[in-house]
Amino acid sequence: MVEGNLNSNVDIEGVEAEAPPMERSRGLWVQAAGQLLHRPKAIFGIAIILILYGGGILAPWLAPQGYNEQDLFAVRQGPSAEHLLGTDFVGRDVLSRTIFSLRTNLIITTASVATGSLIIGVTLGLMAGYLGGKMDTLIMRVGEVFLAFPGLLLVILLAATVKPRVLDWVRSFEDATGIDGLVQWGVADYLVIFGALAAFSWVGVARLVRGQVVSLKSTPFIEATRVIGASTWRVMFHHLLPNALPPVVVVVTMGMGAIAGAEVVLSWLGIGIQPPVPSLGSMIREGQDVSILRNAPHLILPPIIVVGLLIFAWNLLGDALNDVLNPRRQG
Amino acid sequence: MTAFIMRRLLWLPVLLVIVSFITFVLGFYGPGDPAEVRLGTRATPEAVERLREELGLDQNFFLQYGSYVWDFVRGDLGDSYIFRGRSVRELVMPKVWISAQLGIAAMLISVGIGIPLGLVTAYKQGTWLDTALVSLSLLFLSTPVFISAPFLILFFAVNLGIFPVSGWDGFFSTSLIMPALVMGTPGIAGMTRLTRASAVDVLSQDYIRTARAKGLSEVTVQARHVLRNALMPIVTILGLSLAGLVEGAFITETIFGIPGIGRLAVDSIFSRDYPVIMALVLIVATVFVLANLLVDLLYGFLDPRTRQNLDGYGRR
Repeated sequence: MVEGNLNSNVDIEGVEAEAPPMERSRGLWVQAAGQLLHRPKAIFGIAIILILYGGGILAPWLAPQGYNEQDLFAVRQGPSAEHLLGTDFVGRDVLSRTIFSLRTNLIITTASVATGSLIIGVTLGLMAGYLGGKMDTLIMRVGEVFLAFPGLLLVILLAATVKPRVLDWVRSFEDATGIDGLVQWGVADYLVIFGALAAFSWVGVARLVRGQVVSLKSTPFIEATRVIGASTWRVMFHHLLPNALPPVVVVVTMGMGAIAGAEVVLSWLGIGIQPPVPSLGSMIREGQDVSILRNAPHLILPPIIVVGLLIFAWNLLGDALNDVLNPRRQG
Repeated sequence: MTAFIMRRLLWLPVLLVIVSFITFVLGFYGPGDPAEVRLGTRATPEAVERLREELGLDQNFFLQYGSYVWDFVRGDLGDSYIFRGRSVRELVMPKVWISAQLGIAAMLISVGIGIPLGLVTAYKQGTWLDTALVSLSLLFLSTPVFISAPFLILFFAVNLGIFPVSGWDGFFSTSLIMPALVMGTPGIAGMTRLTRASAVDVLSQDYIRTARAKGLSEVTVQARHVLRNALMPIVTILGLSLAGLVEGAFITETIFGIPGIGRLAVDSIFSRDYPVIMALVLIVATVFVLANLLVDLLYGFLDPRTRQNLDGYGRR
C-alpha cells in the first residue's frame, strides 16, 4: 500500500468498493464454519481439542498438584481419591503431569505450525508461484533438499547437536538481562524443538501454495488487478492468498496432529523436552517397560490415550474441513 | 524423457553434496569429542590427543570434509568411531537389508489392507459402512508406533506369548509380525482415503456404466475397470509413504530391538558416531531421490497427459 503511487491506490480502493472479492471470500469462510458445525466429526474433533488444550492452557489452575511435586509416601500408587490417576515412581501426580504435558505440547505445536507452516511456508509458496523464474527454482530446490533429508533423523541430529549451544545462549541471555529461571523452565528445549520442527514443516505447505498460485496466476481477476497497478505484495497477499487458502487450511489442520506427534516422539527418544518439565513422550517412555506395563499400567495409559485422542481429533477436524472446503474431492 | 531422467540423475550428486555438507557441519560443531567417547572417562589427555590425530580430527573443517568426500567418491565410508576397527560399510550394509525387509512387510500391510478398504468405501459411499470404515482408518492414522507398540507387546507377547517381545529372526518368522503391523497401520489411512477418492472419481465415469450395462459381474467391473484406473494416484503415495516408513523405522526398531538402520541411526546419534550418521543420511537421501524419480516416471507411464510437465519449476 505504502509503496504504490497515489493514483494506483485510489484505483484499487475504488475497485474494491465495487467488486468485492474480499467480501465473497469472507462469505466462504462463514459458510464453511456453518457447515462444519453440522458435522458430528468436526464437533467431536473441536470438542476434544478444546478440552485437551484448554486443560493445558489452564494447567497451573486446573492441575491438582505441581508437575514436580513429590509425595514420597505415595509412590507408584494406583488411582485414588487423592491422586485421581495415581502416582509415578517418585510419587508425582500422574493427572497433574499429563495436564502440564499438554501445555508443553500446545506451545511447541502452535509455535512450530504458526511459523514453519503458516508464515514461512505460505510466504515462500506465494513467492515461488507468483514471482516464478529464478526465485521459484531456488525455493523449490531448497525444498527438495529438505525433502531428501530423512526428516526425523535430521530433527534428532539437530536437537542433539545444536542444543548445547542454544543452552549457552540462553544462559548468557539470563546473565545479561538478569532474568532468572529460563533454563530451568526448559526455554532452551522449547527453542530447539520448535526450530527443528519448524524447519521441516514449511516445505509441504510451500509446495501446495505454489501449485495453487500457479493456476490462479493466469486467471482474469489476477491479471486485472495487475493491470490496475496493484503492487506485487498486494497481489500476493490480498488477492492470491485468500483464494489459495482453503486447501492450506486442510493440510495445516492435519499437520497439527503430525507435529503434536513429533514433539512426543522427540521427548520419547529423550532429546525433546527435558525433565523436570513434563512431556507426554517422556511419560510414555517411563511407563513402557514390560514389567511396568504389567504391574502399573496407570502410568502409561493416560499419556497414551491423551496423545491418541489429540492426533485423532486433529485428523477428524482436518477430514471434516476437507469435506467442507474442497467439495470437489468429495464423493 | 531421457533428458528429464538425465537432469534428475545429475541433480542427485548435487543434492548429496548439500545434504552431506549440512550433516557434516552439524557433526563438526556438535557437542562431544568422538575420541573422548571412545576412550572413556579415564583416558589421559595425551591418549585422547593421539587418537584425535589418528582419526584426523585435529585438522581444520575443510580438510576433514574434503577428505570425507574424496573417500566417499572412492566408495570408502570411513571407520566407525564406536565399533572399533569396523568400517561403516560392513556395519551398515547388512542392516540396510534388514530394514528393507521390515519396510516391505509394513508396506504390504498398508497396501493390502488400505486398497481393499478404499474400494469398499467407494462402492458403499454415503452409507454407514463408508463412514465407519473411513473413521476407522483415521483411528489407525492416529496410533503412532510408540502408542500401538506397548499395547501389542503387552497383549501378544507378554500375556498370550504368541510372538517374541523383541529381536529379529529374518523375514519368515514370527518376530516380523508385530513390528511390521505397528509400522504398517498408520499407512492404511492414507491408502484407504486415496483409493476411495480415486475410485469414487472413476465410478462416475461413463465406461463403468458401459461395463455394467454389458452385463459384467460387479467383481469384474471392480477388478478390471475400477481398480486399474483408480490405481494411478496411488502410485504417487507409495513414494511419499517411504518417508513415513523410514521415520517409523527409527522408533519401531528401537522398541523391538531390531538390528536395522533405524535403531543404528538413533544409537549413533547418541554415541556421536558421525561417520555412521553421515552414511545413513546419505543412503536415505539417495533412496528418497531415486524413489521419487521412479514415481514420476511411473506416473508419466501410466498417464501420458502428465509427461509434458514433469519438471516444471521456474517456468512462467
